[in-house]
This record gives sequence, C-alpha cells and structure tokens, in this order.
Amino acid sequence: MSFTDHAGRPVIAITGAGVVSSLGAGKADNWAKLTAGQSGIHRITRFATEHLRTTIAGTVDFMTPAEAGSAALTYALAESAALEAIRESGLSESDFGGPLFLAAPPVELEWWQRLALDAAGRDAGGAEPGYDRLLLAARSGEHLEFYRSSQFGTVGQKLQERLGTRGLPVTLSTACASGATAIQLGVEAIRRGEADRVVSVGTDGSVTSEALVRFSLLSALSTQNDVPEKASKPFSKDRDGFVMAEGAGALVMESLESAKARGATILGILEGCGECADDFHRTRSKPDGSPAIGAVRAALEDAGVSTTDIGYVNAHGTSTPENDKMEYLSLSTVFGERMASIPISSNKSMIGHTLTAAGAIEAVFSLLAIRTGTLPPTINHANPDPAIELDVVPNVARQADVKRVLSNSFGFGGQNTCLVIAAEPA
Amino acid sequence: MSSPNDVVITGIGILSSLGEGAEANWAALRDFSAPVLETERFAPYTVHPLPEIDWSQQIAKRGDQRQMEAWQRIGTYSAGLALEDAGIKGNEALCASMDMIVAASGGERDVDVDTMILNKVAEGAGDIGVAINEVLTTELRPTLFLAQLSNLLAGNISIVHKVTGSSRTFMGEEGSGMSAVQTAAARIRAGQSTHALVGGAYNAEHPDMLLGYELGHFLSRGGWAPVWDRDGIEGGGMISGSGGAFLVLESREHAEKRGARIYCTLGPVAADQGPVGSDRTRARLERLAAETGLAETGMIVSSTGGSHARTADEKAFLSAHALDIPVRGIASALGHMRDAQFPMAVAFAALSLHYGEAIPALGSIFEAEAVSAPASIGVLTIGFNAAEGMAVVSKTQGAGA
Repeated sequence: MSFTDHAGRPVIAITGAGVVSSLGAGKADNWAKLTAGQSGIHRITRFATEHLRTTIAGTVDFMTPAEAGSAALTYALAESAALEAIRESGLSESDFGGPLFLAAPPVELEWWQRLALDAAGRDAGGAEPGYDRLLLAARSGEHLEFYRSSQFGTVGQKLQERLGTRGLPVTLSTACASGATAIQLGVEAIRRGEADRVVSVGTDGSVTSEALVRFSLLSALSTQNDVPEKASKPFSKDRDGFVMAEGAGALVMESLESAKARGATILGILEGCGECADDFHRTRSKPDGSPAIGAVRAALEDAGVSTTDIGYVNAHGTSTPENDKMEYLSLSTVFGERMASIPISSNKSMIGHTLTAAGAIEAVFSLLAIRTGTLPPTINHANPDPAIELDVVPNVARQADVKRVLSNSFGFGGQNTCLVIAAEPA
Repeated sequence: MSSPNDVVITGIGILSSLGEGAEANWAALRDFSAPVLETERFAPYTVHPLPEIDWSQQIAKRGDQRQMEAWQRIGTYSAGLALEDAGIKGNEALCASMDMIVAASGGERDVDVDTMILNKVAEGAGDIGVAINEVLTTELRPTLFLAQLSNLLAGNISIVHKVTGSSRTFMGEEGSGMSAVQTAAARIRAGQSTHALVGGAYNAEHPDMLLGYELGHFLSRGGWAPVWDRDGIEGGGMISGSGGAFLVLESREHAEKRGARIYCTLGPVAADQGPVGSDRTRARLERLAAETGLAETGMIVSSTGGSHARTADEKAFLSAHALDIPVRGIASALGHMRDAQFPMAVAFAALSLHYGEAIPALGSIFEAEAVSAPASIGVLTIGFNAAEGMAVVSKTQGAGA
C-alpha cells in the first residue's frame, strides 16, 4: 500500500467519525434509523411558533435544556461528535495533539439574553427600552457568560480546551458547505505536512424563531407543516423548501502513514476535495450550473479518479426547487448518461438541513454507506419530479457494494464544495 | 534566499478613518498627529469613524450596495482596492483562479426592529416568544439576513469582483485574520495556490458591535489615548474603528511572471491560542517569536487594541524580548477592527518597507524613535481576549525588488 497519492501527496486516512442529528447521538443510532427510512423532523416545541410560516424542524432536543440557548447547544453537539470520532480513532480525547477545524454558525446575542439585559438596564436606571439600556446593563453588571456566547471564537476555544487540540483553532463558515470546508481544510493541512492528524467538526444548534423567520423571508423553507416527517422531499415534484435542522458531524483524519504506524483502524480514505465559488447571485446558482460542475470536477481531479469510479452520490439534496434542479443539472453534465444509473440519495429527507453541520454529517454517512454496504434512502419520494431523472434510492434503503462516494455541499453566497471518500484500498 | 513559492504581497487595499487606499493611509500614518474620532454618537464610547465614501468607486451597481450592510460594503470596497492595487481587478482569468480567505464575523442587526421588540416586551406582552415572532415576521427586511451573514462578505466579493477560485470565511475575532493570512500563505508556499485575496473588515459604528465588547467590560469610556497608555482611562481600554484591510498574496513566480509590483516578502506566519494567564501567554509568545524571528526585525507593528490585561502582557513581552526594536501600535491611529487587525498590521508593515521609511511614533513614549528604515518588520497581534499571532515581512529579494 502506498502512503502517497496520485499527486505524490500523503494519503489521508479517516480513523474516527462521530455524528449527532435529530435522530439521535452516535453513529449506531443514526445509521439504524437512517437506513430504516426514519425521519427526525417534528413539530417545534422548544419555542413559540405562532405567526411563523414554518413550524417544523429537525431540532435536537435531547442534548441541552431548552433555556440553555443556541450557543450552548452548538457546543454540546460539536463536543459529542468530536468525542465519538476521537474515541473511535484511539487517540487521546483530552490531548488530541493536532489542529481543530470547526464549522460553526455565526453567533449573536440571543433574545433571552437581550431581554435579560434590557431588564437589568431598567433596574440600573435606564429610561427607554433599547440599545442604550442594553449597553448600560453591560457596563454596570457582570454578564461574562453573555459576553462569551457573543464571541465568534468561543465554541472553538472551548473545544480546544476540552480536546487538547494544537494551535489556534480555525472556525469557519461557508454557509451550507461549511462542514465540507472544515474537512477540506484538514486535508490540506495534512497534505502540507503541517500535521499528522486533524479533527474536523461541523456543528449547528441554531434553530430559533428568528432563524426560521430569516430563511422564510428568503422563501427557502418548506411550509408543509401538517405532517412534519413528510415535508422534506428532495427531488420530488412537490418539494417546496428545506427543513431546518440541528446536529454535528466530526472526522478524525491522519496521514495514512502515521495512522498505520500507530496501528490504527482505517475506516476509509478522504481522497479529494473540490471547490468553486459562484459569482451569479447571493442565493441562486448560475443558471448553467458551471460553479457546481466545476466543484464536482475539481473534487474528482483532486482525488485522481474519473466519473466511472464513483459508486454512489450523497446529494446536497435540500428539497428546495432550486437546489435539486441545479444539482441534477450539474451531475448530469459531469457524469453524462451514466448518471441515470448511479444511485444518489439525500439524508436531508430524514434529518433535514443541518446547515453548517451538513457537510460533516453527510461525510460521516458517506463513510458508513461504504463500510456497511447500505445506501440510505431518499424518503418521501411519492411524486418524482419528471425533470429530474435520477435513481434517488427511493423510500427504502438498498444494499450495494460501494467503493467510492461523492458528497456534495452547496451554499448561499456561491459556496460549492465536494468531497470524494473511498474505502481503504485492499 | 528567494524561491519560486515564496509568498509576496502585491496588492494592498485599506479603508479606515484616515482615508481610502494604501497610499493615502500610508501618508496619513506617516504624518499622524491626532486620530479621527467620533465621541458623541455612541457616548460614553469613542469610535474611529469611516469618512464619507463614494461606494460606487468599487461597487458599481447600486443594487449590489443595497444588498450589503456596512461591514460587507467596507470589505467589498477594500477588496476592490486591493485587487486594483495588484493590477488584477477586472482580469477575468486571474480573478476566476484566485483563492480567497475572508476574516469575518458580521451580524449587523436592525436596531429599529430590535428596539420595537424590547419596547413590546417592556410594555408587558403576554407571551414573550409570540410577541417576538409577531414583530420579526412583520418588520424584518427580507434582505437583511444575507446582508449580515458572515460568509456573504466573501459572497459579495465573488459577485462584485468575480473572485471565484475558492471562497472561505474564517470567524473568531482577531484569530480569524491570523488564520486567514497564515492559511493563504501556507497554501501558496505548498503549491496549493498561486494567488490569493485575504483580509477582513469591521463596522464599529453600530451599537450591537459595542455591546459585545462591553459585556466583557473591554471598552474605553474615557476617550482616547495611545493604545499603550490607557491604564488611567476609565473603562476597559479598547476603542474600535471602522475599516477594512485586504491583501493580495502571490507566489513569487506568479507575481514575477505577470510583472507585478512586489511590496515585500511575507515570511513566517504563526499563531496560537491557549489559557490567557500572563505566564502561559508569555510562553506562547516566546515560542511564536522563535518560530518567526520577530525579535530579529528592525521594527514591530503591533495591533494591540488597548485592552488592559492583554496590552500589559504584550508590553512585558516586548520589554523582555524586543527592547531595542521600535514598536508601533497602529490601533492608536486606526482603532481596533477585530477581524481585520492582523491583515491591517501586515498591510502597514508592507507599506513601511515599500516606502523605505519607518512608521513614526504614534504619540506614546512606549514607542521609541526609529533611527533608520527597517529592512524587515515583525507583525504582532495579541487578541483582546484570546489568540496570538506573528508574522515577519522583509524587503524582497530577486527581480521585482
């Protein structure tokens, strides 16, 4: 077995993987439910949904108390996925010794914090509700926890302390491609020889009423609230938007050489990453699909493989009218007629769109598809879109011997990142 | 020794309270006598405000300008200045293959909508959650979300300037700017990239931005003094500034092949983070200095923001390890620009080498006079609350020097 790839770079081994979604914590629980076609989408109970157009989501309600807020949940999700991945790798969970690449949602003070500050400002003599009163409360009181949760580096800092990662953690956002970008940055660091091991994490615990309103105003969300588990229907004719969700995914990656040297179990190979930005529009893709096409091709080229080497595509498949059409256009352009016979499915039909975490969670599921020989289905596929001729593994999981997976992530702001994940070479 | 994959700086775009463009900002810093300050609008807080900008100079379409909140406009504008300065702006092929790493946080909220909600709750709304939903669904502007979303600064740079090779947004206060420069430079050095746009932007003139700092008691409430001399001033020592700094980094080979003007060579870049106690901080700074050669340079450009504890640690480190090297705390003149702090310091270090002049002392006796123009400059950023980063830039060798 060679320790270098087609371009003479270190081969990147995956030695640990972790996941949390609305289906549960851990790979075992998630995979059992995912391959059984079970949905984690439900009616929102964590906060009031009156006046909201969308009242369903794939929130993770079993990790932290509702009143702990988004920042606490985002951290807890990240920690859980990262610990699962590191424990599986056999490396130290308190002295990991490699860098951390963290995809995390942008942070803001949350409404319960603003209201608490406004009340404190009133007690401190502030006359009118508003920012002057919030600032008065801030300077007269002790709100160090609020301060921490308003800083963009905090989740990374806390994870660094918990896991003993090395150096300054990189916290990043490339919208819905963030999880894939975290993995890509880790791959590049190992290839540059900066690190023998990295942990890449994507996390998102940011489903709040304000977040729902924001995405609703962009007409991005499904409003099919009546039967929550049936709302996310990627590649269906009656799809009408994505369903917001929470979760985290994590991978421990190492140079194959160093993983072998310490006798680690190799779960798979992260063969390639490809990226191409779109300059067309803030939320829509260039009509010819060229940036997504460019990202898929770049990932295949980076991996040194051709379209015939791909056995399964883990779709971005958000269930928005725009994404699924564009993803089909891009893939059919790159793969040609062969695309009709390559199975492609969307985990988002079951776990919803976990936004910042999606790319990392889907990388974990891609790896599990290879390792278990099972393709998770695209559920809710009752009315196929006739304009999208894909084998979406409709409704029921399928056994298949897959050696190599393409995982797509596309996001607002013209972000397109694709990963190629393969089985360990025999 | 010069090598084809050396990282060189070929473009600088700066927007600050001192003006617009690398040349104007350099001239203003060289002739610095007093900062440009806004002391009324956010009293008791002081900020370094942005001058009036004709945004159409770098963001031609008014429709594009309207899609951005202030920090996105500042960043997109500064990025345009950097591309223009590097002779890359409008060059379709070079922009389409150009990599981009933006240090951004974002989150500029609608103050009016927030105030409506606070009022409604204060008046005694029945169910608070329902009241919040009611105001948000009726009052929030549909486009605001994108205008405040972190990665949409990069998204706007792609749309306006057509930079599409790759697009990554790093978050996390000053550390994001350190990682952005460090990663972009490392990719070029390793042959993973030939040319990259890297930088950040910040809008200080927003009450929510002040609120984040003040929750940690970091802001000065007693007006301005040079960053090294804020101990006796009421409050936490920091004064923010609006502005942006973008750099075009290239491999020497790529820059020379297209005949680009080279400001300087970007040498080692290193960063770390850990417990902020003085002893642990000192140990990290010493290791980073050894890694970068910071203490062997002729001048140090620091971007300390003046927060008391961290600035004290920085002064102690400099006194112990760089006593003979003149240091310049450029945030005295510019204000603290959070994500843009590190790229901004690199930019001014590059300008100083390029113009062959030391940066003059900026009003503090902590800043010794420089006896000669430096041949290499150390860049030092100690985050106001976390993260430390260093870089060394030096006069460029080989062709183009």
